[in-house]
Amino acid sequence: MSLDLKFTYTEKKDTRSGFGDGFLEAGRKNPNVVGLCADLIGSLKMGDFQKEFPERFFQTGIAEANMIGISAGLAIGGKIPFAGTFANFATGRVYDQIRQSVAYSDKNVKICASHAGLTLGEDGATHQILEDLGMMKMLPHMTVINPCDYNQTKAATLAIAEHEGPVYLRFGRPSWPIFTPKDQKFEIGKAWKMIDGKDVTIFATGHLVWEAVVAEAMLREEGIHAEVINIHTIKPLDEEAILESVKKTGCAVSAEEHQINGGLGDSIAQTLIRHNPAPLEYVGVNDSFGESGTPTQLLEKYGLNAENIVKAAKAAIARK
Amino acid sequence: MGKQSIEQLQKVATQLRRDVLRMVHAVQSGHPGAPLGCAEFFVALYFDQLHHNPDFKMDGKGEDLFFLSNGHLSAGWYSVLARSGYFPVEELKTFRKLNSRLQGHPATHEHLPGIRVASGSLGQGLSVAIGVAQAKKIEKDDKLVYILMGDGELQEGQIWEAAMYAAHQKVDNLIATVDYNGQQIDGPTEKIMDLKNLKAKWESFGWVVNEITNGNDMQSVLDGLEKAKELAGKGKPVVNLLYTEMGYGVDFMVGTHKWHGSPPNDEQLANALGQLEETLGDY
Repeated sequence: MSLDLKFTYTEKKDTRSGFGDGFLEAGRKNPNVVGLCADLIGSLKMGDFQKEFPERFFQTGIAEANMIGISAGLAIGGKIPFAGTFANFATGRVYDQIRQSVAYSDKNVKICASHAGLTLGEDGATHQILEDLGMMKMLPHMTVINPCDYNQTKAATLAIAEHEGPVYLRFGRPSWPIFTPKDQKFEIGKAWKMIDGKDVTIFATGHLVWEAVVAEAMLREEGIHAEVINIHTIKPLDEEAILESVKKTGCAVSAEEHQINGGLGDSIAQTLIRHNPAPLEYVGVNDSFGESGTPTQLLEKYGLNAENIVKAAKAAIARK
Repeated sequence: MGKQSIEQLQKVATQLRRDVLRMVHAVQSGHPGAPLGCAEFFVALYFDQLHHNPDFKMDGKGEDLFFLSNGHLSAGWYSVLARSGYFPVEELKTFRKLNSRLQGHPATHEHLPGIRVASGSLGQGLSVAIGVAQAKKIEKDDKLVYILMGDGELQEGQIWEAAMYAAHQKVDNLIATVDYNGQQIDGPTEKIMDLKNLKAKWESFGWVVNEITNGNDMQSVLDGLEKAKELAGKGKPVVNLLYTEMGYGVDFMVGTHKWHGSPPNDEQLANALGQLEETLGDY
């Protein structure tokens, strides 16, 4: 049985490679773009930039707090620093440094976080951060972006280089379908309606946008027409797009590779409650840590794959 | 700003001490002890050493820059900034009050001229200063970056991440200073968390150590800062160990941690001000 997917792919690639390629291109476009990494240059795909611009790249060693502070300093000096490490070390480990030296001080620092979420896989829960979006979106001044595939991550990386102000950019490790257009325009804060529908809206971010695309096709086979909206920017949230869609469909599902507590779903719930209370079902990790396994196994076990989105969509519709 | 005589610099330092005491007294909060001990350092830096422009620009290109990592010395820093023309001296009376640019700890949010990054949560300033110094190197800007830290602050791990990095990267356009007063909020550093041999620590991390043994003597501070400048630019970051006394200038405040974070009452203020001549006019 093959699904009639509205978006398809011929190639898979990791989103971190989209970051690495976008970072190199941003560096070629703007001589003020500089890079820092805490001993994970290979994993973050920052090596090509380092090779081409060695005088604009700083290996900080395994010292993330120092890396964030140096980034703030480089920004004071007029540079546009991209500081890269795993999402766990880029947020939880250095929350106070980001809070005081970057966000409160309004520094033009790009925090580039790879290996976010369960799809990090076998390394297990110590590295699978599921709270980073929540921590970052709570910080005043911070823009929070979570793109869905290689192409969108590359476009987002180029866009944040031109955006003035602190940004948290989240991406991941696994090889993932490339289903969005090459060389797309990336508008920070602007949601993208990928599929039109009338019965339920699926708001998805990051890797789960692909799962939402698959879920839409599965629902359509049962005569349910879901609208799929790609929320690549968690903050500032495109409230207008959310409200317009739910006004039409009357209910919604949020889907993210993150704790339900404090994630995208929470932001959507706040918007709906204030302006148009409607049933909302959450697809996310429910107050637990992850574990070792393959990305596919983990998305299944923790209830984050297309089948779970289908179930949540039906539950939301039933509550209308 | 032309060079000023020692006597003139000492007058500024005395006025700074009055400013600090009056500021913390007015709101009955803040940290008088350490800025009293660093008055000579602040004044020597801003009135003699720094090539700086009080017409403030955030990127500070072509200027020597100063960063205060131990942000609780804010009252002293605000006084020296105001007295050197960054903002009106009159504004010191808004310290720690609602809607003020003079926040309890230094901040950029209210756009107070002279402040480039927030500080207060300790241990972060050295990293920031290193980043600014590296930006200057990229820009081929030959000016220096200065940073003050507390000795208690050296208990923060991030300081040593930064120390290791600056030496490895040969950030030699950086002059750090440790306010070596041996006191922290809960007591003497040797009782709370002994710093042991600080000189050996910094040297083993690859820094050049410059000891300024009388940090409350204007001439010694000037000479020490001149020497630090000579040591800069030779492949290693420089750190001054500035021996000061917390609370210096007021007989009942000197040499104890008790005035680290406590303001004087009316009677204590009058007593303290009686020991410090009003040299430049109170705000």
